[in-house]
Amino acid sequence: MKTINISRALVLALFVAGSAHAAKTDVTLGMQLEPPNLDPTGGAAAAIDEVVYANIFEGLTRFGPDGSVMPALAKTWTISEDGLTYTFELQEGVTFHDNSTFDADDVKFSIDRAMAEDSTNAQKQLFANIESVENVDGAAVIKLKTADGNLLFNLAWGDAVMVAPESVETLATAPIGTGPFIFKNWVQGSQIELEKNPAYWGEEIALEKATFKFISEPTAAFAAMMAGDLDAFPNYPAPENLAQLEADPRFAVVLGSTEGETILSTNNKQPPLDNVLVRQAIAHAIDRSAIIEGAMYGYGTPIGSHFAPHNPAYVDLTGNSAYDPEKSKALLKEAGMEDGFTTTLKLPPPAYARRGGEIIAAQLRAVGISVEISNLEWAQWLEQVFKGKDFGLTIVSHTEPMDIGIYAKPDYYFQYDNPTLQGLMVDYNAETDTAKRTEILQQAQKIISEDYVNGYLFQLAKTGVASSKLKGLWENSPTQANDLTGVYWED
Amino acid sequence: MLHYLIKRTLILLATLIVASLVVFVTIEVVPGDPASYMLGLNAQEDTVAALRAELGLDKSRVARYFSWVGGLVTGDFGTSYTYRTPVADMVADRMWVSLPLAIYALLLSTLIAFPAGVYAASRRGGTTDTVVMALTQLGVAIPNFWFAMLLVLLFAINLGWFSAGGFPGWDAGVFQALKSLTLPAIALALPQASILTRVMRSSLLDVLNEDYMRTARAKGLTRRQALWKHALRNAMVPVLTIIGLQFSFLLAGAIIIENVFYLPGLGRLIFQSIASRDLIVVESVVMLLVLAVVLVTFLVDLAYAWVDPRLRGAR
Amino acid sequence: MKLRSLLPGAVLVLLFFSAALVSYLWTPFDVTLIDIKSRFQSSSAVHWLGTDHYGRDMLSMLMVGARTSIAVAIVAVGIGMLVGVPLGLAAAANRGRFLDEFIMRGNDLVFAFPALLIAIMITAVYGAGALNAIIAIGIFNIPVFARLSRGAALSLWKRDFILAARAAGKGASRISVEHILPNIMNLLIVQGTIQFSLGILAEAGLSFVGLGAQPPIPSWGRMLADSQTLIMTEPQLALYPGLAILLTVLGLNLLGDGLRDWLDPRLRRER
Repeated sequence: MKTINISRALVLALFVAGSAHAAKTDVTLGMQLEPPNLDPTGGAAAAIDEVVYANIFEGLTRFGPDGSVMPALAKTWTISEDGLTYTFELQEGVTFHDNSTFDADDVKFSIDRAMAEDSTNAQKQLFANIESVENVDGAAVIKLKTADGNLLFNLAWGDAVMVAPESVETLATAPIGTGPFIFKNWVQGSQIELEKNPAYWGEEIALEKATFKFISEPTAAFAAMMAGDLDAFPNYPAPENLAQLEADPRFAVVLGSTEGETILSTNNKQPPLDNVLVRQAIAHAIDRSAIIEGAMYGYGTPIGSHFAPHNPAYVDLTGNSAYDPEKSKALLKEAGMEDGFTTTLKLPPPAYARRGGEIIAAQLRAVGISVEISNLEWAQWLEQVFKGKDFGLTIVSHTEPMDIGIYAKPDYYFQYDNPTLQGLMVDYNAETDTAKRTEILQQAQKIISEDYVNGYLFQLAKTGVASSKLKGLWENSPTQANDLTGVYWED
Repeated sequence: MLHYLIKRTLILLATLIVASLVVFVTIEVVPGDPASYMLGLNAQEDTVAALRAELGLDKSRVARYFSWVGGLVTGDFGTSYTYRTPVADMVADRMWVSLPLAIYALLLSTLIAFPAGVYAASRRGGTTDTVVMALTQLGVAIPNFWFAMLLVLLFAINLGWFSAGGFPGWDAGVFQALKSLTLPAIALALPQASILTRVMRSSLLDVLNEDYMRTARAKGLTRRQALWKHALRNAMVPVLTIIGLQFSFLLAGAIIIENVFYLPGLGRLIFQSIASRDLIVVESVVMLLVLAVVLVTFLVDLAYAWVDPRLRGAR
Repeated sequence: MKLRSLLPGAVLVLLFFSAALVSYLWTPFDVTLIDIKSRFQSSSAVHWLGTDHYGRDMLSMLMVGARTSIAVAIVAVGIGMLVGVPLGLAAAANRGRFLDEFIMRGNDLVFAFPALLIAIMITAVYGAGALNAIIAIGIFNIPVFARLSRGAALSLWKRDFILAARAAGKGASRISVEHILPNIMNLLIVQGTIQFSLGILAEAGLSFVGLGAQPPIPSWGRMLADSQTLIMTEPQLALYPGLAILLTVLGLNLLGDGLRDWLDPRLRRER
């Protein structure tokens, strides 16, 4: 180790001296969670997309770094007058990594497979509105059941990537896609290696090799960055260590936004939480700044509704739930709960939930609400909270983009049932005019904010750490991905 | 002896069968469905059902128990729900971390305990003895995960001699692999070494008090010669027993240490598999560890019976 | 030799027991109050041991943590004794017969499961919490006490005074309670102390991996787990809870050794 440190110091010294040096062409990224398998069309784990999205697999469309929908395997598309038929012209000369060619039949296969009755696609609802997919003279023609402005957006998801019938059986362990990187090796429990695809159809990439290392312990992540074992940790797990990393000139800390609205989710059907006064009392009992500081060490943007602040349609509604314990107590009294009450707070594993939960419990206790905390694994959380609806409060970050629509589902786990909002979302989906769509979204934000459906806490920040010479990583996280196509080393 | 051997073997098998039932029943009642865990928040009911069918989770419990046990006997541990790879392969991979770690820790512990125990026994009541005994008191009392944290703080973060955790794989070279196992092995070995030192010392002292030792001394051997020639060999039985038990403990008991150093070993595999409700993996690994413990106990019992025929009737 | 370990052991144990007891009545600060603004303070006249990552007073946390650790370990060992000792006595009274074999094989079965594994499985089924930690640790104490009391009782059954009691027509269970139990009491107390110290370590380990007492109840193991990511910047947060565990366990072990020498010098040789 000593010698390695010395050689690194020498290399650094050479850099400083301005000596000519070929740019590095390999990169090692840290990730907190290891993907269970590498098939993005057969599992929900975010870690799958974080390795394969845009690197190994591509879809007809894709998300850009700012969350906009861009063409990918579809070069162009035309939409019929009635909005029911989409005709996608495909990129030419595209091959899968096993050298089989990609054409409209593969599009039909991929989408049919995701829609099929026995499909195990975790986002099957993305395809619910598709009537059929056909190969018409080399173009992929998708027919819809009803006009839908969301198709291009839906097709950009990692769950809608293109796969080939020849390799579909082994996607989980040996993924074959059309992307700029080829899957090379997976040392389970440790790392996954990708290498450059020389036959890539698109623009040539700068990297020859990429390695994803899985380091779940924050302490170890810190040590690995410090030791130079990693070039970047795009979603650095311990905000408490960022100040130290930032102080080190070798690293750049990049703060970006995510689609994760972190909320104190409330069971709207469980007394006394079914009373809007009680929910409002909870909202005013919560000091968001203390939670963001205490749980996330200051990284995070307060929100007052279920909507991402970087979205153009965002309205700042944090004033509706300003920290005011006295008002909270008064509201509890008005609701006939001046002696307080007891409820449950069930917390999934992420630090934002576990730490945020402890702080919220203390804040609620201060206004007389006593909270029983139980820490759950994700599987238990899904069973008890998400499916069983057996909870009073929980904390979770909803990371899907543009997911305000969940408030229009009365049987969704927090069980908010408001016909006005449900009608609004129906209008939204049918509306094609951007200004009107924005207006509807703003109205919806206000309704759920004033109904205090959930406690709106903060927008999760993307806290990335990278070597200061590594460029081209996504700053924000519009979808869960580590797109390496534009990554390069600065000399 | 043969009668005893047969009886012990039958008991061994019965224990394993009961244990497999206990493991299966306990784990099957664990709430949480592997399929809905894998598919996440937006999954539709029919998707979950399709995945359950694909994983074979829709079969009856009895059928699954027998296919599991049948597989175990033939070495087919089934296929992991989440990783979609054979459990046997995963276990084998993890074994290449857990087994070397256990052996490494055991070697360290023995290398510390033997000289320390012998030295303390040969200088019974002296200053060295007192210091060694005091140190072993500390070693027994220190929580090994805390000791591990202190090791990380000193050797990984402050001095940078070792990495704070992780395992590069044996492909990265034996030296690199052993290096990454060093801090965990030390953390595991310290309490074990303390126990072993105490056992070593007291068992030596017991032997030194036996009549034949006095005879040996009377025949003109020096205290040290007597110690090396006679006492050590006779004191080995209890020491080897403890080493055997420590080995199975180290194999299964490293769970927390594997977590501190995020080593991809068996313990961590169990933790992860429980969290993701990968039940078949949990069942198989637990059963494997139980097998290891039972086998070691079995061998220790046999060794005892061999050394001391009186014991054959007693148990 | 006796006083050398008995006295320091007793002092350490007394220190942590009284800290735990006092915490029921008074702690320097309320450990349920979270004050982010005053987090990570170093030792001062107000906060003797500084404050943690939520601005809670470390000394108060350690005091309340002592009571969690001690309560869990004491109840767990109690369960082990209450179940294990009668089983062991019954096995000894029926030595060589089916009941004996049955109890001892059951013991082997429990011993075959690594303790931590059972704890993890229990908490996976019933959820994490102090109660389940108690059950998990308690289960592992049953065979320890069963084996110990059976072994000790077996040698007593051969003694003259027991034979006399049998001749007087007393039944096996009456003999076990009236004559055997009092005679193995010292042994049980000594072993109880040792098991108690192991219980403290086990509780700390379970809380460390998040399977022990749940927040907001402080526990030493969880304090250590919380300090893990802060060890670079705030190492004292990892130091104090670890020292507390170390000293309590050390105290109990010294006390156990001392008691053994004091109560029955012969036991020293036998071990």
